[in-house]
Amino acid sequence: MSGAESDGLDEGALRALVPRVLARLVRSGEDFDAAEDALQEALIEALRTWPEHPPRDPRAWLAAVARRRLVDARRSEAARRRREEQALAEPAPEPGAEPPGDDTLFLLFCCCHPDLSPASQVALTLRAVGGLTTREIADAFYVPEATMAQRVSRAKRALRGRRFERPGDLAVVLRVLYLTYTAGDTGRVDLTGEAIRLARQLTLATDEPEARGLLALMLLSHARLPARYDEAGRIVPLDRQDRSLWDEREIAEGVRVLQSALAAQTDERPPGRYRIEAAVAALHADAPSAEEADWPQIIAWYDELVALSADPVREDPAAVLGRAIAVGHVLGLEAGLREADRLRGGLGGRHRWHAARGYLLERAGDPGAAAEA
Amino acid sequence: MPKYLLLKRYRGGPEPHRPFPPMDQWDPKDVEAHLAFLRHVTEMLTETGEYVDERALTPARSFVRYGGEDAAPVVTDGPHPETSDLVAGWMMVDVDSYERALEIAAHISSEPGPGGEPLHEWIEVRAVMEPGAPIESA
Repeated sequence: MSGAESDGLDEGALRALVPRVLARLVRSGEDFDAAEDALQEALIEALRTWPEHPPRDPRAWLAAVARRRLVDARRSEAARRRREEQALAEPAPEPGAEPPGDDTLFLLFCCCHPDLSPASQVALTLRAVGGLTTREIADAFYVPEATMAQRVSRAKRALRGRRFERPGDLAVVLRVLYLTYTAGDTGRVDLTGEAIRLARQLTLATDEPEARGLLALMLLSHARLPARYDEAGRIVPLDRQDRSLWDEREIAEGVRVLQSALAAQTDERPPGRYRIEAAVAALHADAPSAEEADWPQIIAWYDELVALSADPVREDPAAVLGRAIAVGHVLGLEAGLREADRLRGGLGGRHRWHAARGYLLERAGDPGAAAEA
Repeated sequence: MPKYLLLKRYRGGPEPHRPFPPMDQWDPKDVEAHLAFLRHVTEMLTETGEYVDERALTPARSFVRYGGEDAAPVVTDGPHPETSDLVAGWMMVDVDSYERALEIAAHISSEPGPGGEPLHEWIEVRAVMEPGAPIESA
């Protein structure tokens, strides 16, 4: 889906234009809500007509059609006024604008406004920055198009009248991209690819090392996806995956991005959760088998991850379990089980606790106890 | 963005808070008010961006299972058709939290019954199992 060419139309290139055109419209004083609607209509028009009639300057075309829609919308609001026909001539190329990275960041801050719910932030980001149609986003989340359309317009109503001059909250943007990635490698629209594309754009717009950490984490996880399901569609655990199916180029890129992110850190600014998770993923990617991974170093990273939460058992049970498994590899079964048992009481951690116990016991060669766990 | 299934029943489930007769014995006006309320819930949830789908089910049901090689499927009405659990319909919502799913279910349960009084019907809330997230630790 993402970046795929259909009928000679490069959808990826078309969608990449969306945030640039939108940012320009908003910066030129148009209302974000109205401009975003107008551009969505222009996008749908482009998807329909470009395969047959590719424009000379795609960006200028999109901007011109969106502007015309805005004018139309204003006209139909002023209902009595006579409609003036406008010739559909090829518009003049737009003069150079701000660098594209700034546009992306500006719009991500709009769409990931902390007052919006996570579901709204994700939907709005995919439309306004990702250039997906409402129908595609609805398909990705298995909800009706009308529901998704309402989610988007409610989010935009909530933003109405707000000013977007101050920088937004980058941590929220990162969480939205993370949610987008985790929402889907199984849906009808590939959100993992979409999230990677957006994260890549974000790293062009900001030097924040956590943004690069997140991109690295996505790349390193995405590289393993081909080995993640067996022929029956069941999830294959990491230690049993056929590592020859892992995407080496993607791993190399992920490691490169992670290294640049880690190089940017200082004592005052320790790595955040995405860099830490990416570091663990990179250590797995580097190992010829689960046994041969650098488990002591993995424990060290999990120590950092666990230390990010005041109450890790409740706030981040996945980190506590990841650490328990690493401890099991280094210090043996008993030590690993003791670590895992910390989660026993927690409601959310219970299925993870069982899974980790099963994993540790199986590795220790106790299939009976593993099956019971 | 988890999804929840909200289930209504013809029978079964916890002891009714306020027993009420089956709908075919209601005053037609009460039935119409009841259905109008549910239509309104659907509109409201579409408007909030939380609606996924819904269906009402007829009370007739059959159980069927594989009969074995070269054998016909085995069909039955079930062992105790009058006392067993019988789902009447379902609605699926896509919401930010479990608490929000409960809130919606409780609102549905306030639907008007005979005489326009709130029905206090038990609504079963079930989380839809999501596919595993494509980021794995360990």
